[in-house]
Amino acid sequence: MTSLAKHRRHPAAVLVVILLGLLVTGGLYAAANSATQAQSVEADELQIEQGRKLFLEGCSSCHGLQGQGSDNGPSLIGVGAAAVDFQVATGRMPLANFGAQAPAKLPDYTEEEIQAMAAFVASLAPGPAIPSESELDYSDANVARGGELFRANCSQCHQAAGRGGALNDGQYAPNLMQTEAVHIWEAMLTGPQQMPVFADTTVTPEDKREIIAYIESLRTSDDPGGWALGRFGPVTEGLFVWIGGMLLAVILAIWIGAKVR
Amino acid sequence: MSDDTQDQTGQELVQSTGGATKELRPGEWPPADVEHHLRRTDTDPKAQARAVRQVATMFMLSVLFVILFIVAFIAIPRDAVVSIPFIGPISALNSAMGLTFGLAIFLIGAGAVHWAKKLMSNVEVVQERHPMKSTPEETALAADIYEVGRDQSTWAKYPIIRRTMLAAMALVPIPFVISLRDLWIQPASVSTPSVELKTTIWEPGMRLVTDITYQPIKADEIPVGGLVNAVPENLPEVEEEEHNLNARAKAAVIVVRMLPEEIQSQQAPEGDNWDYNGVLCYSKICTHVGCPISLYQQRTHLLLCPCHQSTFDLSDSAEVVFGPAYRRMPQLPITVDDEGYLVAVSDFAEPVGPSYWEISRP
Repeated sequence: MTSLAKHRRHPAAVLVVILLGLLVTGGLYAAANSATQAQSVEADELQIEQGRKLFLEGCSSCHGLQGQGSDNGPSLIGVGAAAVDFQVATGRMPLANFGAQAPAKLPDYTEEEIQAMAAFVASLAPGPAIPSESELDYSDANVARGGELFRANCSQCHQAAGRGGALNDGQYAPNLMQTEAVHIWEAMLTGPQQMPVFADTTVTPEDKREIIAYIESLRTSDDPGGWALGRFGPVTEGLFVWIGGMLLAVILAIWIGAKVR
Repeated sequence: MSDDTQDQTGQELVQSTGGATKELRPGEWPPADVEHHLRRTDTDPKAQARAVRQVATMFMLSVLFVILFIVAFIAIPRDAVVSIPFIGPISALNSAMGLTFGLAIFLIGAGAVHWAKKLMSNVEVVQERHPMKSTPEETALAADIYEVGRDQSTWAKYPIIRRTMLAAMALVPIPFVISLRDLWIQPASVSTPSVELKTTIWEPGMRLVTDITYQPIKADEIPVGGLVNAVPENLPEVEEEEHNLNARAKAAVIVVRMLPEEIQSQQAPEGDNWDYNGVLCYSKICTHVGCPISLYQQRTHLLLCPCHQSTFDLSDSAEVVFGPAYRRMPQLPITVDDEGYLVAVSDFAEPVGPSYWEISRP
């Protein structure tokens, strides 16, 4: 003890104490954690195995037995869990029939099955992950800035009010009014079909939350002018006034010109 | 039908108006020689009185709606909302004002039409046309007036006054034509409209930054299939200085990434490349009429303009593949700086935006 006490004023003493402290707490934490970690690794493996089975049944005819792709479907190596969740949970995959574009429909798989398939595809190669609840929480996001970002990055295809629009060859940018926040996020991250990828590096997670908050505000905002007519703007409004107004003008003309008895 | 001049009531329906003519008042046209059907209001005093009441009621209702308009304007709060079936919640004030004023105007018109149809004379007349030519006396008088005016004004007497005045009047519009030169705003740094149209604020080494958020872009962080709407790094300062959007309107670009083997051609001269590892940068301003476009289909590499459906293939020098655009979208040569951020190698080699007459001039 006396020899140790002699060294307690040594310059290295502080470092030694800190190092010891770190080692002890780290060791204790690892020991306490290893049990739960082993459990979750096992659960992950089970989930991947379940996903692999579902994939072989439902997806491999087009995407290949190892997800390497074929003439009928692209490779899924590296697309990540986010792409699987987007495509399957919005019902776009499995494809009902080959056409210009996979339409959104009711999903064929349960939430659990989709998670399993996502885990399997994510195990093939690293790719974008499904966003967590906290990542998606857009309650504090700046809606006005989201509007600016939406108009700069999204509105050219999805229309300024998010009602979607036409592309070429029968393809289209879908209406966003029913799309869940998680799927909007995943679409930006993975670029499904003709949509470009808006990676976290150029449209940051904060930007994404703001964009989603803006889309949400579009859904809930009132139409002070009454009938929104799909919020498609002057085309539908003009068509409505033309057809309705012309009809009214014709009726009035018939009344004015009718012979009086 | 024309033989049958009686209806079930035995009332005379057709009256010959061409026969015995009563005396015409000045401004009254003689009735035409056609069958004239009498209206019920012409024959039935009760119907006539009813029509008078109807017309007067419409005019009175119009007055009432004007009063209601004033009441609504004063009484209804500006932010009140009313929910109307099939239409939804709308501003109570706007809809009340529109409804009352619309009906006020409509009822004046409807009353006038009803009055004309039921009560005003509807006897058919033929309006005879007179010859268009003036009488010789009128022509001679006009010539006399002209000659008197010419002599009294001395227009013919002093040719020097006449000619100098014509010269002065011919030259007066010239200042208006000359001042058209100033229709374009001339920044101090630029000499002519041609230079202004052909240059943007891109310059060698200028970083590309994301639009709205103005963050520099790492080339390696753009995934294949990615799209970035970008502007030059100094755009906020230039906008601050110039107080307009001219610089943005010319310098806006889109950055896309595809696999290098997917790129069929670029606008760089032979043996050179203007991409960086498959990252390509093109003008965002359509060469047709200048809509900003970033409607990019990442699988087909097509860039569509939603205004007039011009389509450009970004994997093939952005050549026009469909639509009214005449020129390809200009490519911005890019590379990366020491820190890996995308920078411009130079300004655009071709003018951006819509084409114009002098586009091929140096």
